[in-house]
Amino acid sequence: MAEPLLRVDNLVRRFGGIVATDHVCLDVGRGELHAIIGPNGAGKTTLISQLTGHLAPHAGSIHLDGRDISALPAWRRCGLGLARSFQITSLLPDFTAADNVALAVQAHAGHSFRFFANARKEARLREAAHAALERVGLGHRADVVVAKLSHGEQRELELAVALASRPQLLLLDEPMAGLGVTESARMVKLLKELRREVAIVLVEHDMEAVFALADRISVLVYGRVIASGAPDAIRQNDEVKRAYLGDQHVVTHHG
Amino acid sequence: MMKTRLNAGHLVAVLAVAGLLALPLYSALSGNIFVLTLFTRIVIMALAAASLNLIMGYGGMMSFGHAAYLGIGGYAVGILAQEGIGSGFIQFPVALLASALFALVIGALSLRTRGVYFIMITLAFAQMAYYVASGLARYGGDDGLTIYKRSDFSGLINLSSRVQFYYLCLACLLLTVFLIWRIVNSRFGMVVRGLRSNEQRMQAIGFPAKRYQLVCFVIAGTLCGLAGALLANNTDFVSPAVMYWTRSGDLMVMVILGGMATLFGPVVGAIVYLLLEEFLSQITEYWALIMGPLLLLIVLFGRGGIMGVLGRLSRG
Repeated sequence: MAEPLLRVDNLVRRFGGIVATDHVCLDVGRGELHAIIGPNGAGKTTLISQLTGHLAPHAGSIHLDGRDISALPAWRRCGLGLARSFQITSLLPDFTAADNVALAVQAHAGHSFRFFANARKEARLREAAHAALERVGLGHRADVVVAKLSHGEQRELELAVALASRPQLLLLDEPMAGLGVTESARMVKLLKELRREVAIVLVEHDMEAVFALADRISVLVYGRVIASGAPDAIRQNDEVKRAYLGDQHVVTHHG
Repeated sequence: MMKTRLNAGHLVAVLAVAGLLALPLYSALSGNIFVLTLFTRIVIMALAAASLNLIMGYGGMMSFGHAAYLGIGGYAVGILAQEGIGSGFIQFPVALLASALFALVIGALSLRTRGVYFIMITLAFAQMAYYVASGLARYGGDDGLTIYKRSDFSGLINLSSRVQFYYLCLACLLLTVFLIWRIVNSRFGMVVRGLRSNEQRMQAIGFPAKRYQLVCFVIAGTLCGLAGALLANNTDFVSPAVMYWTRSGDLMVMVILGGMATLFGPVVGAIVYLLLEEFLSQITEYWALIMGPLLLLIVLFGRGGIMGVLGRLSRG
């Protein structure tokens, strides 16, 4: 079998006595959209943070494209094609939308020890930034300072920033968080387009979105993966129903 | 960042530069030599403040030990002069190099920490430099070191001429401001400013934060070393006192007063701060009692310092 794009083996992370990530195994193939769901406090963000390198695991390994990246710092993983969006919007608030994206382009366009030329006048950076902004439908808001963008626009900008680094794998931590109905629908449409270009790990609470988008779903409860499989299999899985979905009837409603 | 529009802040910056350029003329016409001496010191401190602004204002690195470079630049000049090496062509490069090396070591260690710890550790290193200088018995120790002959740039410029020396300092200041302007808008500057804004995000898009911050720290230290070398020439004297933590505090106040992360903020801040100090200390021995509350008011009610207030005023 071909090596998956992302392979996670027996990942463990503890916080004091709590095991937030409990021997998690996971793999994501090229072109796959792999969703991770689970109740609040299941350790989804903890898992993502270990994948991106913002948090060090206590045991286990993470391979990207066959290469062990478990010990690499965040910025180096990004260089290897791993990009993330944050659950809580994390942008450069006093820069414009275009600046935010242009910096992501810049990070992957040679070193930045250039001290004299005006970076905002580098056509290559600006064009790539505008292309990414257009991609998420923010082209007309390029010169607006991030702090003045709406929440929905900021979520879209998060995506543009992640895309600008031309990743192999996109880690999206609740891209729908706090979005209204129409904004959510736009985001789902956008993700449907993006998944054709890049493999995605999607952490999301919005079940409708997850079941509409995912090729495979892994269910995380108390740090453990209790089930992993195609959406239909997950929907039928008794353990999942009991642990998470059953008493909320979320899936059956939209199913 | 918004497109920059012309505002009252820019006007003040232009007036300040024009005033500084014309000052020797005023001094000559009025016969007031003191004003030239005072402003030479102000220009040098503005240079030091501008260099601090690069890391503190644009880079978000709250260094509380920036005066250390004033001392290191100064002692480089003083010690070389004492040992019979009077050429400025040697003294100044050595001063810059020594400051850069010190910044490299301090930065590499300090940048492992963040926030209050960064403030404390930079303060600690500067105090260490202070005590080392106090222990240099051969070079005056506590009492400091008199420099009997100013740096010799023979054939180029005579530092013993008040006017020539003043213009040298002013040229260094304007060149530094120009350099900082280019830097903060360059690729490098965008990274450093991005790191101040959101370090986690910058790491996530692929920037190794510490490298860029360290280089920025070294640039700022080197520029302040230049101010130190000029300051020693100005006073014909260097002592551990220039490195004392209160001097680092003065520099911070100048930057905050003028406006952090603005190009001319530190220059305006240095002018206002040092003129106030001069003026108030002529009125009363307890000038600090007036200065303190005054600064508090400006910090509390004038967010963004003088340049910030001027910017808001003209926006209406």
